[in-house]
Amino acid sequence: MRAWRALIVLIGLLVIWQAVVWLTGAQDWVLPGPTAVASAWIESRQLILGHAVWTATEILAGLVCGSLLGGASALSMAYFRPARRWLLPVLVISQAVPVFALAPILVLWLGYGLASKVAMATLIIYFPVTSAFYDGLRRTELGWLDLARTMNAGRWATLWHVRLPGALPALASGLRVAAAVAPIGAVVGEWVGSSAGLGYLMLHANARMQADVMFAALVTLAALAITLFFTVDALLRQALPWQPESAPAND
Amino acid sequence: MGVRTPQPPLSVSLHSGRVVFGGEALFEDLDMTLVGGRWTCLLGPSGVGKSTLLRLVLGLETGVGNDGETGNGGLVTCSDGGEISGRAAYMAQRDLLFPWLSVIENVTLGSRLRGERDGRGHLREQALSLLEGVGIAANAEDRPDTLSGGMRQRAALARTLVEDRPVVLMDEPFSGLDAITRLRLQNLAARLLKGRTVLLVTHDPLEALRLGHRIHVLAGRPARLDIPLEPEGAPPREVDDPALLKLQGVLLKRLAEAAR
Repeated sequence: MRAWRALIVLIGLLVIWQAVVWLTGAQDWVLPGPTAVASAWIESRQLILGHAVWTATEILAGLVCGSLLGGASALSMAYFRPARRWLLPVLVISQAVPVFALAPILVLWLGYGLASKVAMATLIIYFPVTSAFYDGLRRTELGWLDLARTMNAGRWATLWHVRLPGALPALASGLRVAAAVAPIGAVVGEWVGSSAGLGYLMLHANARMQADVMFAALVTLAALAITLFFTVDALLRQALPWQPESAPAND
Repeated sequence: MGVRTPQPPLSVSLHSGRVVFGGEALFEDLDMTLVGGRWTCLLGPSGVGKSTLLRLVLGLETGVGNDGETGNGGLVTCSDGGEISGRAAYMAQRDLLFPWLSVIENVTLGSRLRGERDGRGHLREQALSLLEGVGIAANAEDRPDTLSGGMRQRAALARTLVEDRPVVLMDEPFSGLDAITRLRLQNLAARLLKGRTVLLVTHDPLEALRLGHRIHVLAGRPARLDIPLEPEGAPPREVDDPALLKLQGVLLKRLAEAAR
């Protein structure tokens, strides 16, 4: 049923797209129709897929780095009081500075290659992961803490066996947001300066007025992002089978 | 249940218990004694501070303002001169089972939290036999969310028993259950906790009369303990025991007084 719905939505969007092309009589170099984009995709599929692999690598590396960094930050803020005092402002500042404004600096420092894009994706997901996880760590069920206390659990054991597992559902929602925004970081990084990736390909095609290739790259990017999100979502569900679904079945 | 040295019953006393909540004293200069090897039951109107009193004995936080400034606290002593810390187990109204652990892992939680190793599987064996005792051995590997409320509370009881502590403090442990399940669990608890010093906070007079050796009503502000009722016969007493039903009338009157 879910697959059918997705298919119907997809077909509906394609029909609207084609209708807009017909109704406005848009030129091919302004808005190519779905068929034109499809043929462009087939024609240059090797080029597009090559760049897609590059972008996917950036996104995944950023996702891993950002999650590890965010997870470690949240844990140390939960455990060490000084870390809370010093890291929390950093966390807020990391959000107050628009990350996109940092992209040129990152490219300047880290070069045109993979590193600057990974750094970009890492930066953009650091906040959602850290804040969601830290929130979860702070909101441990009080009864569990009482129980751990009467069982003479130390601070570390309480964090490791009670607060950490209890915060995993919160971390999972942080990771879902991360999976959704990580591609933005990577592509913005590519736009500022790169020699490969779907963002690079789009700029390149744009400069040559190859609108069909640009759209083909865009569609590929969207497919990549959606696949990433649903894969992460499925993995998290698998990993936390005990997490209660709060939405009622008839909602 | 394995080799266990029987522990002598331990009496616990609270002296000058004091808790201030929102500028008002819940209780002040309150003394309470839990007689060794006996069940002490604590009844009273809601909000009078029954749970707070239990938490005070247990050394848990007693609410906002527990920062030393207000002087919340009290002196808790044991009959052998030792401390209560590490010798009291806690059971709450909610089962407090960790949803990510299986039933048996939940039951052996204490040793995991203290970093104790279960070298030869003794602990597991003991936990399994306790699960057998509370009647849910078949569910040992299940996740808590697959169990009914009664079974979950049985698991919580097994977790309390695995801790094997001379003092057990229970805060309305059976109040979320239906009447029949509640009676069964009361019988089970009376049997399995025999010989331990128990404080049971409850709002069910019948439960107190079935299980308690001494039954206090906590009332007033600041709250005071009355002279306890001491029903005859060994717990768990039968629900249709005429003496018990007569005492229920007395107790209900005391509770009605207290709620005024």
